[in-house]
Formats: sequence, structure tokens, C-alpha cells
Amino acid sequence: MSDAARRATGAEVRFRGGGFAPVSRRWIGWAVFVALIALAEWGTRTGWISALTLPRPSDVLQTFVELWQSGLLFKHLGPSVTRLIVGAALGASIGISVGVLIGLFSHIRAGLVPLVAAIFPIPKIALLPLFVIWFGIDEGSKYALIAFGTFTPTVVATYGAVDNVDRSLIRMGQSFGLSWWSIVRKIVLPGAMPGILSGLRISLAIAIILLVAAEMLGAEFGIGAYILEAGSLYDLERLFAGVVILSLFGVLMSAGIGMIERRVLRWRS
Amino acid sequence: MDIRLDGISHSYGATEVLRDITLDVPAGRIVCLVGPSGCGKSTLLRFAGGLERPDQGRVLQLGAPPEGCLNPLTYIFQDFALLPWRSVRGNVSLVLEDHALPREDAERIIADVLARTKLADFADALPKQLSGGMKQRVAIARALAVNPAVMLMDEPLSALDAQTRELLMDDLIALWTRQPFTALYVTHNLAEAVRLGHRIAVLSRRPGRIRDVVEIDKPLDARLYADPDLEAVQTHLWEMMRDEARAADEELLDV
Repeated sequence: MSDAARRATGAEVRFRGGGFAPVSRRWIGWAVFVALIALAEWGTRTGWISALTLPRPSDVLQTFVELWQSGLLFKHLGPSVTRLIVGAALGASIGISVGVLIGLFSHIRAGLVPLVAAIFPIPKIALLPLFVIWFGIDEGSKYALIAFGTFTPTVVATYGAVDNVDRSLIRMGQSFGLSWWSIVRKIVLPGAMPGILSGLRISLAIAIILLVAAEMLGAEFGIGAYILEAGSLYDLERLFAGVVILSLFGVLMSAGIGMIERRVLRWRS
Repeated sequence: MDIRLDGISHSYGATEVLRDITLDVPAGRIVCLVGPSGCGKSTLLRFAGGLERPDQGRVLQLGAPPEGCLNPLTYIFQDFALLPWRSVRGNVSLVLEDHALPREDAERIIADVLARTKLADFADALPKQLSGGMKQRVAIARALAVNPAVMLMDEPLSALDAQTRELLMDDLIALWTRQPFTALYVTHNLAEAVRLGHRIAVLSRRPGRIRDVVEIDKPLDARLYADPDLEAVQTHLWEMMRDEARAADEELLDV
């Protein structure tokens, strides 16, 4: 196009501001799940995927239904859920308390941050024998393992969140003569809440991983024991049924925290 | 209650920020503190309310705070410092909660200050829903709630656009006219200083010293937008500050 022609018609300004703005499209997540499962079902039915490679999704569902009907599902779920709740609650509450203390007191920070850094990378599963000696082969060692594994990421997330509380708000509290305890309760804790909750997402996922690990060593009932048994028999249908239950745990926890966030963090734009 | 800054000097490390500042803030008057950026105005204000300690010199309260005063030295901050998780009412009640007031008294104070700052209809709104001007009015309401002896205002209008600033200046004048308050008002905006100040202290560039103190006798409610008398004072102040402001602008920050 010549310059004169371009001047006459005018070239439209090209839009270049798209993307980089996440939009909530809930159905795509479901569509991906459905597509993958459908692909596996179709592949195993046509023989394109051999039964040894991947169990047929409908068979996994069948196994799951049988598990439900035999009542075994709840026999396994009950202990697992109890262990998860007790262990995660212990670990998260101690973790949040210690994290807040680290955030508030320089001496505690100086003393504990290196310690937390030292225990964070230890695979907690490796310590299971130690926990068995300390807390017994029964539930105690399982609670301790899950609690210990949830504790470290919660501490790190919490003191980071306390550090990130807007200092000008704390200054404001001091300038109005608020007591130390009021400042902590009304300014520091609510201000740290977004960070603490996003830390909990990670800690609780770790709790599920450790639950299975704990149950693989010395548990009669529990999802971990179920998976271990299925795995040692190469019973892929049951293995997958167990794994699906764990996934559901994760999805439920994530949804639960999402709900808490929407309630507690309504003030965020 | 008066407040007196007595021979204040301060350094941050090797950088001397303030040198021998002596300034009186008499009761019922607004004293403005102007000066080029980085001259230590805000630091001086933090000393005045006890949020920081000067190397030398003292801050004195002369006389008793008024009856019912919950927090004699009360700040209003440039960034509003509102708790985003509390409503307008909650932000005001925050500063009353530690004083164990009977519930009706607290309710009455909150209703009164929200009415005085024209916020009564927005009591349940969250800060994120408010404009900048409204947020600063909430901060002013919160400060009034503790019935301060001296208000320490740290560039309270600097985060607002020019029109909102005019509106808030009118509001502050109306508040003062209804019930005179004492204030130390830090600003870099000379128009604000001549509009609101009974007395204007001009600080020099770092290390900040008091270069001059200008009194304006015209009553606050007689000062109008683009008032020629005020313009003259403003021009005089600017003449005094221009070279230093330029030098301050060209200074490299050594931090």
C-alpha cells in the first residue's frame, strides 16, 4: 500500500494487550479429566493400550463400587481420615504458632530459623523408624510423622507471611497506643492470614503424601495399606482405586481451603 | 495542650538529617512544616509523636490534654493506614477497643465522628470499596475518635488527586472552624500550607534546619481558593525554597 493510500483509509491499530490475565474457566479442568479418562477407556478397549500397562477406567470404577459395597472402603477410610486430621491439625497448629513467634521475636527467629532450615529438607519418611521407637508402632508414630511433615512448611509460610504484614499498619497501631497483644491479634494475624492459608495448601498436600507413607509401614487398615497390598500383588485396578481416593482427598482439601479463603479473605480485592 | 520541639538533632548513620530544630505548636493552631524532599520533615513528625527517638533534643507536652482524650498525640498518615479487613466502623472502633469504654459511649463516639466526616452512610463499607479521599476521611474520623490533643499529619493529602485534595482541605477547614484542633501538618505542597497553616515553618535542605517561620493571620474560613493574599505568601515561600528544592532534586541518594 502506498503512503498516500494508507493515509486515506487509515491502518487500524493492532490489538496487542491480550493474555496474561487468568480468567476462571472451571469447565476446562473437568474437560481435561474427562478427555484423559475417555482416552484410557478407548485405548484399553481397542487393545491399543495393553491391560498390563494401564487398567481400564471402567474396571477401576467397578473395583471401587465393590470396595464400597463390601464395606471395606470405610474400614480403610476411617483410620486414614483420623490420622490425616489429627496429624495435620497438630502439625499445622504448632507450625502456625511457632511461625508467628519467629515472625514476632528476633531471638526466637535467630534460634529457630536455622533449625527449621535444617529439618525442612529431611525426607520425613526416613525418620519413621525413629518415630516408631519414640511413639510406638501404633497410631502415635503415624500422627507424629504427619504432624512433623506438615509442621516445617507451615512454619516457613507463616513467618514469611508475618514478615510481609504491612509495617505501616503496625506503626499505626503503635501510634494509637494499642497494646502489644491487640496489635498481634488485630493487625498481624489477619494481615498474615493470606500467606498462612496458601502455606496450608502445600502443607496439607504433604500431609496426604505422608499419610500413605506411614500406612505403608505397619498398618492393617488405611488407604496406604490398601495401595501397598494391591501394589505388591500387581493388582492395578485396586491400586488405581486407592490412588483415585487420594486424589479426591487432595481435591476436597483444596476446595475446603478455597472456601475458607473466600470467607476469611473477603476483604481482598 | 501545646507541644514543643526542643533542640532536636538527628543523624542516620553518617547522614545528618536534622540540626537543632526548636518549634512550638500552640494549642488550637495548625503549624505547617514545609521543605524540600528529604529534609527530614517526616522524621521530625515521627519524633513529635514518639514513634522514633531523636539523637539530641526533646519533645515536650506543655499542659494537660483535654478531658476525654484517649490518645494525646494522634497521627494521620499519607497512606491512610486503614485495616483492609475491617469496615469503616471497624477501623474507627479499633482505636477505642483498648480503652474499655462502655459500649454505648463507643457507639456514640463512632456515630459522632462518622457524621462529622460525612461517612455515616458508609459505615459498613470496606476500605477497598472507597476512593482515596474517602479513605483519608476514615483516617481523619479515626483520629478524631480518640479526641487528640495534637494531630500529627504526615502529608495527609499527598496521595490524593488535586480535586479531592481541594475537597478535603475544605473539610479540614470546616472541622477546625467547628472545633479548633491543634495540628502539626507536614507537607511539600505550599498551597496546602498557606491554606491550612496559622504558622508555617520552612525547613532547609538536609541537614534540616528551620530557615524561617511565617505567620498567616487571616482566619482559616476566610481563606479561599486562589486567594491573592495567600498567593503572595506562597510565592514568598517558593522564592525561599526554589534553589534548595532544585539542589535536593539533583542530589544522589546515598543509602
